[in-house]
Amino acid sequence: MTSERLSTTALIYVALAGVLAAGGAAVAVDGGNLFSTANLVDMLTRTSLTGFLAIGMTLVILCRSLDLSVGYVAALSSLVAATTMDGAPGNVPLGIAAVLLVSGLIGAANGAIVAFGRVNPFIATLGVGLIIKGYLDTEYKGPAGDVPAIFQQFGYTRIAFVPVSTIVMLCLAAAGIWFLRSTRTGHHMYAVGGNIDVARMSGIRTHRTRITAHVLCSMCAGVAGMLLAARFGTGSAEAYTNLYELDAIAATVLGGTLLLGGRGGVAGTVAGVAILAVLDTVFNVMQIDPFAKDVLRGTIIIAAVALYARRQIDRTARRPRFAAAGTGRP
Amino acid sequence: MQRARSAAAALLGGGTGTVFALLAVIFAIVFAVNPGFFQAASLMAFLKQAAPLVILAAGQYFVIVSGNFDLSVGALVGAQVVIAARLIDGEEARTVPVIGVMLLFGIAVGLVNGLVTTVLKVQSFITTLGMLLVLYGAIRLWTGGAPTGSLSESFRVPGRMGIENVPLLGQVPWALLIMIACGAAAIWLMRTRFGRVLIATGDNDLAAELSGARVDTVRTAAFVLSGLSATIAGILIGGFAGVSAQVGEGMEFTVITAVVLGGVVLGGGQGLVVAAMAGALTIEALFTLFNQLALPASLRPSVQGAIIIAAVAYAARRRMRPAGQTATPS
Repeated sequence: MTSERLSTTALIYVALAGVLAAGGAAVAVDGGNLFSTANLVDMLTRTSLTGFLAIGMTLVILCRSLDLSVGYVAALSSLVAATTMDGAPGNVPLGIAAVLLVSGLIGAANGAIVAFGRVNPFIATLGVGLIIKGYLDTEYKGPAGDVPAIFQQFGYTRIAFVPVSTIVMLCLAAAGIWFLRSTRTGHHMYAVGGNIDVARMSGIRTHRTRITAHVLCSMCAGVAGMLLAARFGTGSAEAYTNLYELDAIAATVLGGTLLLGGRGGVAGTVAGVAILAVLDTVFNVMQIDPFAKDVLRGTIIIAAVALYARRQIDRTARRPRFAAAGTGRP
Repeated sequence: MQRARSAAAALLGGGTGTVFALLAVIFAIVFAVNPGFFQAASLMAFLKQAAPLVILAAGQYFVIVSGNFDLSVGALVGAQVVIAARLIDGEEARTVPVIGVMLLFGIAVGLVNGLVTTVLKVQSFITTLGMLLVLYGAIRLWTGGAPTGSLSESFRVPGRMGIENVPLLGQVPWALLIMIACGAAAIWLMRTRFGRVLIATGDNDLAAELSGARVDTVRTAAFVLSGLSATIAGILIGGFAGVSAQVGEGMEFTVITAVVLGGVVLGGGQGLVVAAMAGALTIEALFTLFNQLALPASLRPSVQGAIIIAAVAYAARRRMRPAGQTATPS
């Protein structure tokens, strides 16, 4: 089991290396250098925001759930952070606490609606996202709040060529890997995603597990929102228009986590995020039309998932499936 | 008494009947706020505006009931409108050939979605998400960012005009007739062999396949039908509202919401196409109600989100009750 999971993750890192090599070659042919400091910084900077969102998304997808509200939560969190801090360095801890509290509560609401309300996660989190969108549109007509300079460091400082935000993201990823591999709740998440009925009959409190996943996912989105606030220097409701949630889902699935739940992990997700970031940087350096970028991204995501699907078919074929089809989401 | 009770159960029991009850309640509130709404002219205007979403819901229903998602319909609607404007470029003579091209394009997009999902075994969520990105980018790449060209007058007839001077009703919009035709075709289709195989596939694809059903074929056909519905909706929306780069944006979520509101279960195998179309009417009626109540536009998403969650939770609660007794969880 463990070795199988490792080999899937290994495959994704091989894919990342391949994308790096191909991208490097393409840029070199074009007369540039993908591995120059500026480009490396660009690449790593791109990983942090999607990374935060995708790490949280991995947890909910493992539980066979989904979170379409993370973009809205991130936008709301950037406003909560910026207005709570309000330019005073002393308020930074308070701002962080407020963001984690607000985003955690939203996650709890998501989880409760999914678990107790038996609402399909697609609809539940889309609905919660719409509720937040309405609040943001009504309350905030423009940027609000002021982020003190010291907290803006989170968005801009870097050690050598590695941005601080990327280091924080990698620490969070390490915590996520540890959480899934070594804690009871982490193991429960795989069980719930694999087959929720079997998990419940085995004595797992499935509601509690799913709610935990949603709370953690929303808190990750809260951290992403703080990063947005640190980068812009203010809170911005407009952030949700960027469809971050779809990016996060794409990165998670690209990282080998099965959309049906029960298989995958944070290590793969980090590679998925990195693949998307490398592609974006390559497109940027080669000055590919931004619209062509969307076309290429879409194609690459489908192609990559098609490749993983080949492997997963073999594996699921070996497992007996009890009413596996037709339950929950496709 | 027995019949009355079962009728009440059908209306309030969640699932199919509930959406009609909800629709009646919303219409009742609209009537209380503005009795003038039920005059023929404004009712016909409402149906004209609602027609595209209802047609899209019928198309999306096929995909959802077979156990998949189609997230690309919004982008496809936008693409079709832009294609029409660019190819027609104001010349009347080109109208019919261009509509032919659009139908072919819609079928092709549906075919690609279907084949990638069934042959390459990519989750439909990812397939159609990738297609969304590809269509979004490709169309803007083709037009250089902003839509060019213009629609001909005859192209705009189906979306705008109608049969004049009908007794009692005044103008009967073409859009309403097209909507009724599409709805009748969809209902008929679900009563054929194809429809039954489609539902069986969504309910349990393994069992369907072992019983000799062509699971992959019907699923691909469902995507093609969804592509066709997006094309028809595109023709109506283009005629009604004209050309802009934002046409269709976010429509995929609205239409999936509409289908689910109609009691169709995400994951497949349950629900009626009539109810899915009624779900779309309900959403449009809700928007009309917001207008009548002069609700601030920015607050609408919040109310929409809350109502969707409440409706789906209500339906799910009732549906789960009898299942609790049996040993086979669905």
